[in-house]
Amino acid sequence: MDLLDVIQILDSTLRLATPLLFACLAGLFSERAGIVDIGLEGKMLASAFLSAAAASYTGNVWLGCLAGIGASLLLAAIHGVASITFRGNQLISGVAINFLASGLTVVVGEAWFGLGGRTPQLMGAGRFQEIDLPFAQEIRDVPLLGPIYADLLSGHSALVYIGLLCVPLTWWILYRTRFGLRLRAVGENPAAVDTAGVSVAGLRYAAVMICGVLTGLAGAYLATALSAGFVKEMSAGRGFIALAALIFAKWRPWYALGATLLFGLLEALGNRFQTIQVFDVTVPTQFMQALPYILTVVILAGFVGRAIPPRAGGEPYVKER
Amino acid sequence: MSPAGNGGDAALAIELRGISKAFGPVQANRDISIQVRRGTIHGIIGENGAGKSTLMSILYGFYRADAGEILIGGRRVEIPDSQAAIRAGIGMVFQHFKLVENFTVLENVVLGAEDGRLLKPSLAKARRLLKQLADDYEMDVDPEAVIEDLGVGQQQRVEILKALYREADILILDEPTGVLTPAEADHLFRILRGLRDEGKTIILITHKLREIMEITDTVSVMRRGEMTATVRTAETSPEELAELMVGRKVLLRVDKAPATPRDVVLEVRNLRVVDEQKVERLRGIDLTIRRGEILGIAGVSGNGQSELLEVLGGYANGTGTIRMNGREIDLTGSASNARTRRARGIAHVPEDRQREGLVMDYSAWENVAFGYHSDPRFSSGLFMDHAAMRADCDDKMHRFDVRPPDPTLAAKNFSGGNQQKIVLAREIERNPDLLMIGQPTRGVDIGAIEFIHEQIVALRDQGKAILLVSVELDEIMALSDRIAVMFDGRIMGERLPDETDQRELGLLMAGMAGEAA
Repeated sequence: MDLLDVIQILDSTLRLATPLLFACLAGLFSERAGIVDIGLEGKMLASAFLSAAAASYTGNVWLGCLAGIGASLLLAAIHGVASITFRGNQLISGVAINFLASGLTVVVGEAWFGLGGRTPQLMGAGRFQEIDLPFAQEIRDVPLLGPIYADLLSGHSALVYIGLLCVPLTWWILYRTRFGLRLRAVGENPAAVDTAGVSVAGLRYAAVMICGVLTGLAGAYLATALSAGFVKEMSAGRGFIALAALIFAKWRPWYALGATLLFGLLEALGNRFQTIQVFDVTVPTQFMQALPYILTVVILAGFVGRAIPPRAGGEPYVKER
Repeated sequence: MSPAGNGGDAALAIELRGISKAFGPVQANRDISIQVRRGTIHGIIGENGAGKSTLMSILYGFYRADAGEILIGGRRVEIPDSQAAIRAGIGMVFQHFKLVENFTVLENVVLGAEDGRLLKPSLAKARRLLKQLADDYEMDVDPEAVIEDLGVGQQQRVEILKALYREADILILDEPTGVLTPAEADHLFRILRGLRDEGKTIILITHKLREIMEITDTVSVMRRGEMTATVRTAETSPEELAELMVGRKVLLRVDKAPATPRDVVLEVRNLRVVDEQKVERLRGIDLTIRRGEILGIAGVSGNGQSELLEVLGGYANGTGTIRMNGREIDLTGSASNARTRRARGIAHVPEDRQREGLVMDYSAWENVAFGYHSDPRFSSGLFMDHAAMRADCDDKMHRFDVRPPDPTLAAKNFSGGNQQKIVLAREIERNPDLLMIGQPTRGVDIGAIEFIHEQIVALRDQGKAILLVSVELDEIMALSDRIAVMFDGRIMGERLPDETDQRELGLLMAGMAGEAA
């Protein structure tokens, strides 16, 4: 395996980690505010569908992306109303959203396009194009740094870079702004926020909506950047993987980047090495492709350190008497 | 908001006029009026459930009063939410602190009172101010310390700092010493005196007479949702306050023959309970109850009566010896629970019937069957016999005069008295050797009180042992064959109802044993 192989694998890692990163940061905002969101998967799927549909209809990927965010926001609003205003069970609301998205995308897709739940193949401006960073071609020949810059960092779609920028942005919002302080507080002890005269519901809605925007980006990336159109169930459990990454990351933004890159790497390895020889045994390709899911189970089962979730997570806020 | 005038007096920090608040059928506050002068420490004393916390929650914008008005500094104000209360200059230190455990002191102080969107300048300003406040009021806390690493005394100081940071002029403290050691409480009192001397107004809610006497300038007494008196602390005494708290209502006459106590049913030796905060709530209780007698436990609530009932009822842990009909009860093992207690002949009508005695959303028949659902009459193998349970409930409801006698009605839809009759019917009908009954008539109307008292006496005459815990002195005097007075986790003394009076019991309840004993 030479440098080029390594760079190709890492390049693919970055592409595959991006939707996970968006979804993971989305979950981070929501859970830090005390709203558990297992509906990431459904929101991502709905966004993937609507962004592909809108992009194929308008021929403009940015409009598609906006439509995807809209779909995700709508589902996020449902989750917000159910779990904040009506103090419902957040897990059940999330499951309902997943079912809703899984069914609706196929039914509506078939009604609109008649392609068995797919959307038409996206072409040209209907997809996110790869962006060459400045001077990529010029320094390609510099040893080591050249290929890293030109082949690994350069040549991704805009959403990849937006996703990477979201990491420091999230960190800054969370730890350097008033909103971040209140957001973290409301996930730990909403009564403290309430008695300080700040609206618990307002903060939680804000968090749920930010979550909606970010999962929207995750879904749009899946359908209009990673692939060229929507395919039924194309989120393929990435919403749940993002949740596992969130736990692995202990609900922190930079750790979230690390965790999602790890999952991306596993997926990239699985794609690249369909079969692998370990001594005399041939590891089947199915095993390689199952790697991210296996890691998810391991993390969720609590084998990787102790993670302390936000203390008020999953509990509706009711004023005490 | 109406302008000043309006009869308001600017020398008063707070004036409440005719505040009323009901939660469903429960009148938590009834026509409360109170005046607190600027720069004083005002105590509000009353039993648990007297309505103190509700009143303060109204002041802090947690609830809206059904009627009445609030004047701050002589001006009428509306307080629809906590933000409005903070703007009006009110700061509140809750009994259960409202702190974010994994935040620093600084972050907690700043939360909700930041100066702009970015944190850095707010935190810097707060750091300066905290240092100054710490110097002024002897409230040394490290601003960078994380809350969960601090002791409760320090956490409480953070709560006070939070209020001062918001420039509160009026500081309300709800049962502030409940979690403090005596030394910490003394420190708190020094801080409070310092604040008063700076011109702040302090309202101290407590049920501890000693604190009222030690620190307040004036004191109001609440009982059953009403403000019964407001007096200057210097002109009153603990006994008088105890009497006002407990109340002298219309003397209830209970017709009962002299008791004929027989063999010992319950024997308690050196019973101790330490709560989660490591505070000793029971400090060596000894008691004996015989068949055919009623032992009444008097005392201001919060002096260990609840813990006593909980340990005897099997849902709290304690150390010591409890013998039931001569056989020791296991207090430590996994078999120490309410079910095994019932099997040994102990029935329990808990103090807080709405939380411990009933499931409010469940129907009457379900509630009547609780705890006895494995009774062979109610279960046929794997399944429960609902029809039998309903019939049983229907029968009990008629015999105990529960109104309306509808087994399918949810417990929350009955009045307090009828709820109590449901619990009583369930426990008495099981033919226990010992009936423990806590606050049998709290929140119960007069007619039901009489009925409940008759049932208790009838049970005694059948040869049962009865442990009665009540904060109503009249009830204790009328029903008990012997009276034990609890104070601060101990039994201060035992008296016979014919040989004592309210005054002597009041002294014992205030913890003054020496002269009386």
